[in-house]
Amino acid sequence: MIDILFFAELQEATGSEQVSVEADGLSVNELKTKLLSSYKLDNLDHAMIAVNEEYSREDTVLKSGDVVAFIPPVSGG
Amino acid sequence: MDKKFWITQEPINPNDCIEKVVRNEAGAVNTFIGIVREFTKGKRTLFLEYQAYVPMAEKQLAQIGEEIEEKWENAETAIVHRIGRLEITDIAVVIAVSTPHRADAFEASRYAIERIKEIVPIWKKEHWEDGTKWIGDQKEQVAYDKKIPSEEEMRDD
Repeated sequence: MIDILFFAELQEATGSEQVSVEADGLSVNELKTKLLSSYKLDNLDHAMIAVNEEYSREDTVLKSGDVVAFIPPVSGG
Repeated sequence: MDKKFWITQEPINPNDCIEKVVRNEAGAVNTFIGIVREFTKGKRTLFLEYQAYVPMAEKQLAQIGEEIEEKWENAETAIVHRIGRLEITDIAVVIAVSTPHRADAFEASRYAIERIKEIVPIWKKEHWEDGTKWIGDQKEQVAYDKKIPSEEEMRDD
């Protein structure tokens, strides 16, 4: 299983801070496609991806236990 | 509190940041303090809500500290960012950079706040009299949907 974290606008759109999905062996990009079939997430493509707290590419292949975070454009400071 | 880069829910005392970079080799400490502004292009903010991906945000703040060490010789950085509900004039972020000479401390603290707005997973939600919104990328001046506020309204964030 892969844990997925949502923040800010994406968190409100999904109604979840965290979900677990069966996505072992999928790429981040394939995971996004899977999520878009379950949730209406217009802004998912604007988000950066972090795998295990590090920014990662969309072709990163996921393994069980990974934590994937979708990082909407940040606005700290 | 041993961390030099941290996220807190509590009010920030700038001295907590400054004391982490004071040392014998330093001749300058430059401090940047970001506070909650009431009016942005005429639109009144009631309060802000900040959210962070805390463990990653602390790592990214530390990464900014490493970048500064590479760019400015013998620079030391400490950064704290607050999350949760912040009222007008509350301190949202404090950056302290110490260097042997003053020019580097000024430049490096400016660099730090710009990098925070690029890479650190922290988000700000505006609460206005007529609605709320999670703010998007302020460096590109683009919000998620472009209705409220206009791009122009956020230009000088």
